[in-house]
Amino acid sequence: MIGLVHITCRQGRLVAVEDVSVTFGPGLHAVAGPNGAGKTTLLRTIAGLHRPVSGEISGIVAGQVALLPQSGGIDRQFPITCRELVSLGAWAQTGAFRPISPEASDKVEAALSRMGLGGLGSRLISDLSAGQFQRVLFARLIVQDTSVILLDEPFTAVDAATEADLLDLLHEWDAQGRIVIAVLHDNEMILQHFPTTLLLARHMIASGPSTDVLRPGNRLEARLAAERWSETAKAAA
Amino acid sequence: MTLPDLLLAPFSFGFMRRALAGCLALSLAAPPLGVFLVIRRMSLTADVLQHGILPGIAIGAAVGGLSLVAMGTGGMIAGLLVAGIAGMLTRATKGREDSQFAGVYLIALALGVAIASRQRGLDLSHLLFGNVLAVDTPALLLMAGVASVALAGLALIWRPLILESLDPSFLAAHGGRGGLWHAAFMALVVLCVVGGFAALGTLMSVGLMMLPAIAARHWAAHLAGQVRASVAIACLSSWAGLLVSFHANLPAGPAILLVAGGIWIASIALGPRESLLTGLWLDAKTP
Repeated sequence: MIGLVHITCRQGRLVAVEDVSVTFGPGLHAVAGPNGAGKTTLLRTIAGLHRPVSGEISGIVAGQVALLPQSGGIDRQFPITCRELVSLGAWAQTGAFRPISPEASDKVEAALSRMGLGGLGSRLISDLSAGQFQRVLFARLIVQDTSVILLDEPFTAVDAATEADLLDLLHEWDAQGRIVIAVLHDNEMILQHFPTTLLLARHMIASGPSTDVLRPGNRLEARLAAERWSETAKAAA
Repeated sequence: MTLPDLLLAPFSFGFMRRALAGCLALSLAAPPLGVFLVIRRMSLTADVLQHGILPGIAIGAAVGGLSLVAMGTGGMIAGLLVAGIAGMLTRATKGREDSQFAGVYLIALALGVAIASRQRGLDLSHLLFGNVLAVDTPALLLMAGVASVALAGLALIWRPLILESLDPSFLAAHGGRGGLWHAAFMALVVLCVVGGFAALGTLMSVGLMMLPAIAARHWAAHLAGQVRASVAIACLSSWAGLLVSFHANLPAGPAILLVAGGIWIASIALGPRESLLTGLWLDAKTP
Protein backbone atom coordinates (compact mmCIF):
# COMPACT_ATOMS: atom_id res chain seq x y z
CA MET A 1 0.00 0.00 0.00
CA ILE A 2 1.36 3.39 -1.06
CA GLY A 3 0.11 6.47 0.77
CA LEU A 4 0.45 10.08 -0.39
CA VAL A 5 -0.35 12.69 2.25
CA HIS A 6 -0.70 16.37 1.26
CA ILE A 7 1.83 16.09 -1.56
CA THR A 8 2.74 19.37 -3.27
CA CYS A 9 5.29 19.54 -6.10
CA ARG A 10 6.80 22.40 -8.03
CA GLN A 11 8.29 22.49 -11.52
CA GLY A 12 10.41 25.63 -11.33
CA ARG A 13 8.08 28.39 -10.19
CA LEU A 14 4.96 26.50 -11.22
CA VAL A 15 2.97 24.49 -8.71
CA ALA A 16 2.53 21.26 -10.70
CA VAL A 17 0.80 19.17 -8.03
CA GLU A 18 -1.07 20.75 -5.14
CA ASP A 19 -2.02 19.06 -1.89
CA VAL A 20 -2.81 15.57 -3.18
CA SER A 21 -3.69 12.88 -0.64
CA VAL A 22 -4.49 9.40 -1.92
CA THR A 23 -3.68 5.73 -1.29
CA PHE A 24 -2.93 2.99 -3.80
CA GLY A 25 -3.43 -0.64 -2.78
CA PRO A 26 -2.65 -3.73 -4.89
CA GLY A 27 -4.41 -3.58 -8.27
CA LEU A 28 -4.73 -1.39 -11.33
CA HIS A 29 -5.05 2.37 -10.82
CA ALA A 30 -5.44 5.08 -13.45
CA VAL A 31 -4.27 8.67 -13.17
CA ALA A 32 -6.31 10.90 -15.49
CA GLY A 33 -6.55 14.62 -16.17
CA PRO A 34 -5.97 17.28 -18.83
CA ASN A 35 -2.53 18.14 -20.27
CA GLY A 36 -0.37 19.91 -17.72
CA ALA A 37 -2.37 18.50 -14.81
CA GLY A 38 0.76 17.21 -13.05
CA LYS A 39 0.23 13.50 -13.83
CA THR A 40 3.81 12.85 -14.92
CA THR A 41 5.20 14.91 -12.03
CA LEU A 42 3.14 12.87 -9.57
CA LEU A 43 4.39 9.60 -11.06
CA ARG A 44 8.00 10.78 -10.98
CA THR A 45 7.52 11.88 -7.38
CA ILE A 46 6.30 8.41 -6.38
CA ALA A 47 9.32 6.95 -8.25
CA GLY A 48 11.62 9.16 -6.18
CA LEU A 49 12.82 11.16 -9.20
CA HIS A 50 11.17 14.38 -8.05
CA ARG A 51 11.28 15.73 -4.54
CA PRO A 52 7.96 17.16 -3.30
CA VAL A 53 8.11 20.57 -1.61
CA SER A 54 5.80 19.32 1.11
CA GLY A 55 3.90 16.19 2.11
CA GLU A 56 4.78 12.58 2.88
CA ILE A 57 4.91 9.40 0.82
CA SER A 58 4.71 6.10 2.70
CA GLY A 59 4.97 2.47 1.69
CA ILE A 60 7.78 2.79 -0.84
CA VAL A 61 10.46 0.11 -0.50
CA ALA A 62 13.79 1.01 -2.11
CA GLY A 63 14.36 -0.96 -5.31
CA GLN A 64 10.73 -2.08 -5.48
CA VAL A 65 9.49 0.67 -7.83
CA ALA A 66 9.77 0.53 -11.63
CA LEU A 67 8.87 3.45 -13.90
CA LEU A 68 8.01 3.28 -17.58
CA PRO A 69 8.75 6.82 -18.82
CA GLN A 70 6.95 8.49 -21.72
CA SER A 71 8.43 7.27 -24.98
CA GLY A 72 10.20 10.61 -25.56
CA GLY A 73 12.44 10.09 -22.50
CA ILE A 74 14.52 7.34 -24.12
CA ASP A 75 17.02 7.71 -26.96
CA ARG A 76 15.50 5.37 -29.57
CA GLN A 77 18.53 5.81 -31.85
CA PHE A 78 21.02 4.44 -29.32
CA PRO A 79 22.83 1.54 -31.05
CA ILE A 80 22.08 -1.38 -28.74
CA THR A 81 19.97 -4.52 -29.15
CA CYS A 82 16.59 -5.40 -27.63
CA ARG A 83 18.23 -8.08 -25.48
CA GLU A 84 20.73 -5.59 -24.05
CA LEU A 85 18.02 -3.04 -23.24
CA VAL A 86 15.90 -5.70 -21.52
CA SER A 87 18.99 -6.90 -19.61
CA LEU A 88 19.27 -3.45 -18.04
CA GLY A 89 16.18 -4.51 -16.05
CA ALA A 90 18.57 -6.61 -13.96
CA TRP A 91 20.36 -3.40 -12.87
CA ALA A 92 19.18 -3.80 -9.26
CA GLN A 93 21.26 -7.02 -9.10
CA THR A 94 24.13 -6.14 -11.44
CA GLY A 95 24.66 -2.47 -10.70
CA ALA A 96 27.33 -0.78 -12.75
CA PHE A 97 30.00 -3.45 -12.52
CA ARG A 98 28.73 -6.93 -11.61
CA PRO A 99 28.20 -9.48 -14.41
CA ILE A 100 24.73 -10.61 -15.49
CA SER A 101 24.01 -13.94 -13.80
CA PRO A 102 22.76 -16.97 -15.78
CA GLU A 103 19.44 -16.72 -13.88
CA ALA A 104 19.10 -13.08 -14.98
CA SER A 105 19.85 -14.04 -18.60
CA ASP A 106 17.15 -16.71 -18.41
CA LYS A 107 14.73 -14.08 -17.07
CA VAL A 108 15.62 -11.79 -19.97
CA GLU A 109 14.95 -14.51 -22.55
CA ALA A 110 11.68 -15.43 -20.83
CA ALA A 111 10.58 -11.78 -20.76
CA LEU A 112 11.42 -11.37 -24.46
CA SER A 113 9.33 -14.37 -25.44
CA ARG A 114 6.51 -13.38 -23.03
CA MET A 115 6.26 -10.08 -24.95
CA GLY A 116 6.32 -11.88 -28.30
CA LEU A 117 9.86 -10.73 -29.11
CA GLY A 118 11.46 -14.18 -29.13
CA GLY A 119 13.12 -13.74 -32.53
CA LEU A 120 14.01 -10.06 -32.13
CA GLY A 121 16.56 -10.25 -29.28
CA SER A 122 19.52 -9.29 -31.46
CA ARG A 123 17.71 -6.56 -33.36
CA LEU A 124 18.70 -2.92 -32.76
CA ILE A 125 16.11 -0.85 -30.91
CA SER A 126 16.27 1.78 -33.67
CA ASP A 127 14.87 -0.80 -36.11
CA LEU A 128 11.69 -1.44 -34.09
CA SER A 129 8.19 -0.09 -34.61
CA ALA A 130 6.63 1.97 -31.81
CA GLY A 131 4.62 -1.05 -30.69
CA GLN A 132 7.62 -3.39 -30.68
CA PHE A 133 9.67 -0.84 -28.74
CA GLN A 134 6.95 -0.58 -26.10
CA ARG A 135 7.00 -4.40 -25.83
CA VAL A 136 10.76 -4.21 -25.19
CA LEU A 137 10.23 -1.67 -22.39
CA PHE A 138 7.55 -3.90 -20.83
CA ALA A 139 9.94 -6.86 -21.08
CA ARG A 140 12.41 -4.78 -19.08
CA LEU A 141 9.68 -4.16 -16.46
CA ILE A 142 9.13 -7.95 -16.27
CA VAL A 143 12.86 -8.45 -15.59
CA GLN A 144 12.81 -5.65 -12.98
CA ASP A 145 10.11 -7.65 -11.20
CA THR A 146 9.07 -4.93 -8.72
CA SER A 147 6.00 -4.77 -6.48
CA VAL A 148 5.15 -1.24 -7.65
CA ILE A 149 4.95 -0.45 -11.38
CA LEU A 150 4.41 3.10 -12.65
CA LEU A 151 3.42 3.58 -16.31
CA ASP A 152 3.42 7.00 -17.99
CA GLU A 153 1.08 6.87 -21.00
CA PRO A 154 1.96 3.26 -21.82
CA PHE A 155 -0.39 2.92 -24.80
CA THR A 156 0.48 6.08 -26.75
CA ALA A 157 1.21 5.32 -30.43
CA VAL A 158 1.04 1.52 -30.04
CA ASP A 159 -0.97 -0.72 -32.38
CA ALA A 160 -4.16 -2.51 -31.29
CA ALA A 161 -2.53 -5.95 -31.00
CA THR A 162 0.24 -4.60 -28.77
CA GLU A 163 -2.30 -2.73 -26.64
CA ALA A 164 -4.25 -5.96 -26.09
CA ASP A 165 -1.06 -7.85 -25.14
CA LEU A 166 0.06 -5.11 -22.75
CA LEU A 167 -3.37 -5.00 -21.06
CA ASP A 168 -3.17 -8.77 -20.70
CA LEU A 169 0.16 -8.37 -18.88
CA LEU A 170 -1.32 -5.64 -16.66
CA HIS A 171 -4.09 -8.00 -15.55
CA GLU A 172 -1.46 -10.67 -14.85
CA TRP A 173 0.40 -8.18 -12.61
CA ASP A 174 -2.94 -7.35 -10.94
CA ALA A 175 -3.50 -11.05 -10.19
CA GLN A 176 0.01 -11.27 -8.71
CA GLY A 177 -0.91 -8.52 -6.23
CA ARG A 178 1.33 -5.80 -7.61
CA ILE A 179 0.47 -2.09 -7.42
CA VAL A 180 0.15 -0.72 -10.96
CA ILE A 181 -0.39 3.04 -11.47
CA ALA A 182 -0.85 4.25 -15.06
CA VAL A 183 -1.24 7.73 -16.52
CA LEU A 184 -3.93 7.35 -19.18
CA HIS A 185 -5.99 9.52 -21.53
CA ASP A 186 -8.55 7.03 -22.82
CA ASN A 187 -11.58 7.08 -20.49
CA GLU A 188 -13.14 4.03 -22.17
CA MET A 189 -10.03 2.01 -21.44
CA ILE A 190 -9.93 3.22 -17.83
CA LEU A 191 -13.57 2.25 -17.23
CA GLN A 192 -13.00 -1.16 -18.78
CA HIS A 193 -9.70 -2.15 -17.15
CA PHE A 194 -8.86 0.13 -14.21
CA PRO A 195 -11.13 -0.17 -11.14
CA THR A 196 -9.90 3.01 -9.45
CA THR A 197 -8.91 6.42 -10.80
CA LEU A 198 -7.24 9.58 -9.51
CA LEU A 199 -8.49 12.59 -11.49
CA LEU A 200 -5.94 15.36 -11.33
CA ALA A 201 -5.98 19.02 -12.38
CA ARG A 202 -2.90 20.05 -10.38
CA HIS A 203 -5.11 19.65 -7.30
CA MET A 204 -7.11 16.47 -6.84
CA ILE A 205 -10.58 16.63 -8.44
CA ALA A 206 -11.64 13.17 -7.25
CA SER A 207 -10.34 9.70 -6.49
CA GLY A 208 -11.99 6.33 -5.96
CA PRO A 209 -13.98 3.94 -8.15
CA SER A 210 -13.43 4.90 -11.80
CA THR A 211 -17.15 5.08 -12.65
CA ASP A 212 -17.70 7.71 -9.92
CA VAL A 213 -14.52 9.66 -10.58
CA LEU A 214 -15.03 9.93 -14.33
CA ARG A 215 -18.61 11.23 -14.23
CA PRO A 216 -19.27 14.23 -16.50
CA GLY A 217 -19.33 16.77 -13.63
CA ASN A 218 -15.79 15.90 -12.50
CA ARG A 219 -14.44 15.85 -16.05
CA LEU A 220 -15.94 19.29 -16.70
CA GLU A 221 -14.38 20.62 -13.49
CA ALA A 222 -10.96 19.29 -14.58
CA ARG A 223 -11.34 20.85 -18.02
CA LEU A 224 -12.36 24.23 -16.61
CA ALA A 225 -9.37 24.18 -14.28
CA ALA A 226 -7.12 23.49 -17.27
CA GLU A 227 -8.63 26.39 -19.22
CA ARG A 228 -8.07 28.70 -16.25
CA TRP A 229 -4.37 27.88 -16.00
CA SER A 230 -3.78 28.06 -19.75
CA GLU A 231 -5.35 31.56 -19.72
CA THR A 232 -3.20 32.59 -16.77
CA ALA A 233 -0.18 31.36 -18.72
CA LYS A 234 -1.25 33.38 -21.79
CA ALA A 235 -1.80 36.50 -19.66
CA ALA A 236 1.65 36.05 -18.13
CA ALA A 237 3.28 35.67 -21.56
CA MET B 1 60.93 4.62 -55.23
CA THR B 2 59.83 1.11 -54.29
CA LEU B 3 56.83 0.25 -52.16
CA PRO B 4 58.87 -0.60 -49.03
CA ASP B 5 60.66 2.75 -49.40
CA LEU B 6 57.31 4.47 -49.52
CA LEU B 7 55.52 2.60 -46.73
CA LEU B 8 58.13 1.31 -44.31
CA ALA B 9 61.41 3.18 -44.73
CA PRO B 10 60.20 6.38 -42.99
CA PHE B 11 59.78 4.36 -39.80
CA SER B 12 63.51 3.61 -39.74
CA PHE B 13 63.76 7.06 -38.14
CA GLY B 14 63.35 6.98 -34.39
CA PHE B 15 61.08 10.04 -34.27
CA MET B 16 58.71 8.44 -36.81
CA ARG B 17 58.56 5.21 -34.81
CA ARG B 18 57.82 7.12 -31.62
CA ALA B 19 55.17 9.20 -33.36
CA LEU B 20 53.57 6.05 -34.78
CA ALA B 21 53.58 4.27 -31.41
CA GLY B 22 52.07 7.32 -29.71
CA CYS B 23 49.39 7.83 -32.35
CA LEU B 24 48.48 4.14 -32.36
CA ALA B 25 48.11 4.27 -28.57
CA LEU B 26 45.76 7.25 -28.88
CA SER B 27 43.96 5.50 -31.74
CA LEU B 28 43.01 2.71 -29.32
CA ALA B 29 41.63 5.04 -26.66
CA ALA B 30 40.24 8.20 -28.24
CA PRO B 31 37.85 6.97 -30.99
CA PRO B 32 35.65 4.91 -28.60
CA LEU B 33 35.12 8.13 -26.61
CA GLY B 34 34.29 9.85 -29.90
CA VAL B 35 31.65 7.21 -30.65
CA PHE B 36 29.92 8.12 -27.39
CA LEU B 37 30.24 11.85 -28.14
CA VAL B 38 28.56 11.30 -31.53
CA ILE B 39 25.78 9.13 -30.06
CA ARG B 40 25.14 11.69 -27.31
CA ARG B 41 25.06 14.49 -29.92
CA MET B 42 27.98 16.19 -28.21
CA SER B 43 30.25 16.74 -31.21
CA LEU B 44 30.15 20.48 -30.49
CA THR B 45 31.43 19.87 -26.97
CA ALA B 46 34.54 18.28 -28.47
CA ASP B 47 35.01 21.45 -30.52
CA VAL B 48 34.81 23.59 -27.41
CA LEU B 49 37.33 21.37 -25.62
CA GLN B 50 39.99 21.45 -28.31
CA HIS B 51 39.98 25.25 -28.17
CA GLY B 52 39.52 25.32 -24.44
CA ILE B 53 42.74 23.51 -23.54
CA LEU B 54 44.92 25.98 -25.47
CA PRO B 55 44.99 28.79 -22.86
CA GLY B 56 45.72 26.16 -20.18
CA ILE B 57 48.71 24.83 -22.11
CA ALA B 58 49.99 28.37 -22.73
CA ILE B 59 49.60 29.31 -19.05
CA GLY B 60 51.27 26.02 -18.09
CA ALA B 61 54.22 26.93 -20.30
CA ALA B 62 54.35 30.45 -18.80
CA VAL B 63 54.37 29.14 -15.23
CA GLY B 64 56.34 25.90 -15.51
CA GLY B 65 58.41 26.39 -18.63
CA LEU B 66 58.30 24.37 -21.83
CA SER B 67 57.95 21.03 -20.08
CA LEU B 68 55.36 18.53 -21.16
CA VAL B 69 54.19 18.03 -17.60
CA ALA B 70 53.58 21.75 -17.04
CA MET B 71 51.79 22.24 -20.34
CA GLY B 72 49.81 19.01 -19.99
CA THR B 73 48.70 19.86 -16.46
CA GLY B 74 47.65 23.35 -17.57
CA GLY B 75 45.74 21.87 -20.50
CA MET B 76 44.04 19.31 -18.29
CA ILE B 77 42.88 21.94 -15.77
CA ALA B 78 41.62 24.27 -18.52
CA GLY B 79 39.90 21.37 -20.31
CA LEU B 80 38.04 20.26 -17.18
CA LEU B 81 37.05 23.87 -16.49
CA VAL B 82 35.73 24.34 -20.03
CA ALA B 83 33.93 20.96 -19.92
CA GLY B 84 32.23 22.10 -16.72
CA ILE B 85 31.22 25.42 -18.29
CA ALA B 86 29.94 23.61 -21.40
CA GLY B 87 27.86 21.26 -19.24
CA MET B 88 26.37 24.20 -17.35
CA LEU B 89 25.51 25.97 -20.62
CA THR B 90 23.85 22.81 -21.99
CA ARG B 91 21.66 22.54 -18.89
CA ALA B 92 20.92 26.28 -18.77
CA THR B 93 19.91 26.44 -22.45
CA LYS B 94 18.17 23.04 -22.39
CA GLY B 95 20.28 21.72 -25.28
CA ARG B 96 20.28 24.87 -27.44
CA GLU B 97 23.85 25.61 -26.53
CA ASP B 98 25.52 26.08 -29.91
CA SER B 99 25.84 29.88 -29.90
CA GLN B 100 27.10 29.95 -26.31
CA PHE B 101 29.59 27.21 -27.21
CA ALA B 102 30.86 29.30 -30.11
CA GLY B 103 31.33 32.21 -27.70
CA VAL B 104 33.30 30.07 -25.26
CA TYR B 105 35.66 28.56 -27.79
CA LEU B 106 36.32 31.80 -29.62
CA ILE B 107 37.33 33.46 -26.36
CA ALA B 108 39.44 30.43 -25.40
CA LEU B 109 41.22 30.36 -28.76
CA ALA B 110 41.93 34.10 -28.69
CA LEU B 111 43.14 33.90 -25.10
CA GLY B 112 45.32 30.88 -25.86
CA VAL B 113 46.93 32.47 -28.91
CA ALA B 114 47.47 35.74 -27.03
CA ILE B 115 49.17 34.07 -24.07
CA ALA B 116 51.18 31.66 -26.24
CA SER B 117 52.48 34.45 -28.50
CA ARG B 118 53.98 36.17 -25.42
CA GLN B 119 56.09 33.06 -24.65
CA ARG B 120 59.58 32.90 -26.06
CA GLY B 121 60.39 29.52 -27.55
CA LEU B 122 56.79 28.44 -27.88
CA ASP B 123 56.01 27.77 -31.53
CA LEU B 124 52.33 28.56 -31.99
CA SER B 125 51.90 26.51 -35.14
CA HIS B 126 53.42 23.43 -33.42
CA LEU B 127 51.07 24.00 -30.51
CA LEU B 128 48.02 24.22 -32.76
CA PHE B 129 48.85 21.70 -35.46
CA GLY B 130 51.37 19.33 -33.91
CA ASN B 131 54.94 18.34 -34.60
CA VAL B 132 56.08 14.73 -34.90
CA LEU B 133 59.60 15.79 -34.00
CA ALA B 134 58.23 16.74 -30.59
CA VAL B 135 57.42 13.14 -29.79
CA ASP B 136 60.44 12.36 -27.65
CA THR B 137 60.43 9.58 -25.09
CA PRO B 138 58.61 11.57 -22.36
CA ALA B 139 55.93 12.61 -24.89
CA LEU B 140 55.52 9.01 -26.00
CA LEU B 141 55.16 7.89 -22.39
CA LEU B 142 52.56 10.63 -21.86
CA MET B 143 50.54 9.50 -24.90
CA ALA B 144 50.74 5.83 -23.95
CA GLY B 145 49.92 6.55 -20.31
CA VAL B 146 46.95 8.74 -21.21
CA ALA B 147 45.68 6.12 -23.66
CA SER B 148 45.95 3.35 -21.06
CA VAL B 149 44.11 5.34 -18.41
CA ALA B 150 41.41 6.42 -20.88
CA LEU B 151 40.87 2.89 -22.17
CA ALA B 152 40.68 1.38 -18.69
CA GLY B 153 38.45 4.23 -17.52
CA LEU B 154 36.00 3.77 -20.37
CA ALA B 155 35.83 0.03 -19.72
CA LEU B 156 35.02 0.80 -16.09
CA ILE B 157 32.19 3.27 -16.79
CA TRP B 158 30.92 1.45 -19.92
CA ARG B 159 27.59 0.15 -18.59
CA PRO B 160 26.47 3.18 -16.55
CA LEU B 161 27.55 5.46 -19.40
CA ILE B 162 25.34 3.53 -21.83
CA LEU B 163 22.41 3.71 -19.42
CA GLU B 164 22.97 7.40 -18.77
CA SER B 165 22.94 8.11 -22.51
CA LEU B 166 20.01 5.83 -23.29
CA ASP B 167 17.58 6.30 -20.41
CA PRO B 168 18.77 8.74 -17.71
CA SER B 169 15.56 8.52 -15.67
CA PHE B 170 16.00 4.74 -15.28
CA LEU B 171 19.47 5.28 -13.83
CA ALA B 172 18.16 8.02 -11.53
CA ALA B 173 15.32 5.77 -10.34
CA HIS B 174 17.95 3.24 -9.24
CA GLY B 175 19.76 5.88 -7.25
CA GLY B 176 22.55 6.08 -9.84
CA ARG B 177 24.12 9.51 -10.06
CA GLY B 178 24.05 10.18 -13.80
CA GLY B 179 26.07 13.38 -13.38
CA LEU B 180 28.95 11.44 -11.85
CA TRP B 181 29.32 9.09 -14.85
CA HIS B 182 28.96 11.98 -17.23
CA ALA B 183 31.70 13.91 -15.42
CA ALA B 184 33.99 10.85 -15.48
CA PHE B 185 33.37 10.48 -19.21
CA MET B 186 34.18 14.16 -19.88
CA ALA B 187 37.39 13.84 -17.83
CA LEU B 188 38.48 10.93 -20.07
CA VAL B 189 37.72 13.01 -23.17
CA VAL B 190 39.79 15.93 -21.86
CA LEU B 191 42.60 13.52 -20.96
CA CYS B 192 42.73 12.16 -24.52
CA VAL B 193 42.62 15.61 -26.13
CA VAL B 194 45.49 16.78 -23.91
CA GLY B 195 47.38 13.53 -24.52
CA GLY B 196 47.38 14.12 -28.26
CA PHE B 197 48.45 17.74 -28.32
CA ALA B 198 52.22 17.26 -28.53
CA ALA B 199 52.12 15.17 -31.69
CA LEU B 200 48.88 16.34 -33.27
CA GLY B 201 48.38 19.87 -31.93
CA THR B 202 45.49 21.12 -29.85
CA LEU B 203 43.30 21.89 -32.87
CA MET B 204 43.88 18.47 -34.42
CA SER B 205 43.89 16.02 -31.54
CA VAL B 206 40.08 16.03 -31.27
CA GLY B 207 40.04 15.01 -34.94
CA LEU B 208 41.55 11.60 -34.19
CA MET B 209 38.68 11.16 -31.71
CA MET B 210 35.82 12.42 -33.88
CA LEU B 211 36.49 11.62 -37.55
CA PRO B 212 36.94 7.84 -37.08
CA ALA B 213 33.86 7.83 -34.82
CA ILE B 214 31.73 9.59 -37.44
CA ALA B 215 33.03 7.29 -40.19
CA ALA B 216 32.39 4.19 -38.07
CA ARG B 217 28.63 4.76 -38.24
CA HIS B 218 28.79 3.73 -41.89
CA TRP B 219 30.51 0.42 -41.09
CA ALA B 220 28.65 -0.99 -38.08
CA ALA B 221 25.16 -0.70 -36.62
CA HIS B 222 25.86 -1.83 -33.07
CA LEU B 223 27.77 0.18 -30.47
CA ALA B 224 30.50 -2.45 -30.07
CA GLY B 225 30.93 -2.70 -33.83
CA GLN B 226 31.15 1.07 -34.16
CA VAL B 227 33.83 1.18 -31.46
CA ARG B 228 35.88 -1.52 -33.22
CA ALA B 229 35.49 0.16 -36.62
CA SER B 230 36.47 3.56 -35.21
CA VAL B 231 39.66 2.12 -33.67
CA ALA B 232 40.59 0.40 -36.95
CA ILE B 233 40.00 3.61 -38.93
CA ALA B 234 42.04 5.66 -36.44
CA CYS B 235 44.98 3.21 -36.57
CA LEU B 236 44.94 3.21 -40.36
CA SER B 237 44.73 7.03 -40.42
CA SER B 238 47.64 7.35 -37.98
CA TRP B 239 49.93 5.12 -40.02
CA ALA B 240 48.97 6.52 -43.44
CA GLY B 241 48.84 10.09 -42.13
CA LEU B 242 52.35 9.91 -40.69
CA LEU B 243 53.60 8.64 -44.07
CA VAL B 244 51.89 11.53 -45.83
CA SER B 245 53.36 13.89 -43.26
CA PHE B 246 56.86 12.47 -43.88
CA HIS B 247 56.80 12.42 -47.67
CA ALA B 248 54.91 15.68 -48.21
CA ASN B 249 56.65 17.50 -45.36
CA LEU B 250 53.33 18.37 -43.68
CA PRO B 251 52.59 18.72 -39.96
CA ALA B 252 51.43 15.36 -38.57
CA GLY B 253 48.09 16.55 -37.19
CA PRO B 254 46.61 17.83 -40.46
CA ALA B 255 48.05 14.88 -42.42
CA ILE B 256 46.47 12.28 -40.11
CA LEU B 257 43.18 14.16 -40.07
CA LEU B 258 43.11 14.48 -43.84
CA VAL B 259 43.51 10.72 -44.18
CA ALA B 260 40.79 10.14 -41.57
CA GLY B 261 38.61 12.70 -43.37
CA GLY B 262 39.21 10.87 -46.66
CA ILE B 263 38.14 7.60 -45.04
CA TRP B 264 35.03 9.34 -43.70
CA ILE B 265 34.09 10.66 -47.15
CA ALA B 266 34.74 7.23 -48.69
CA SER B 267 32.56 5.70 -45.95
CA ILE B 268 29.70 8.08 -46.76
CA ALA B 269 29.98 7.13 -50.41
CA LEU B 270 30.72 3.40 -50.21
CA GLY B 271 30.24 2.16 -46.64
CA PRO B 272 27.92 -0.79 -46.00
CA ARG B 273 25.48 1.27 -43.89
CA GLU B 274 23.59 4.49 -44.57
CA SER B 275 25.90 5.38 -47.45
CA LEU B 276 25.13 6.77 -50.89
CA LEU B 277 25.83 3.32 -52.32
CA THR B 278 23.37 1.50 -50.05
CA GLY B 279 20.87 4.30 -50.70
CA LEU B 280 21.11 3.66 -54.44
CA TRP B 281 20.86 -0.07 -53.81
CA LEU B 282 17.64 0.42 -51.81
CA ASP B 283 16.24 2.75 -54.49
CA ALA B 284 16.95 0.11 -57.13
CA LYS B 285 15.21 -2.57 -55.07
CA THR B 286 12.03 -0.58 -54.35
CA PRO B 287 9.98 -0.36 -57.54
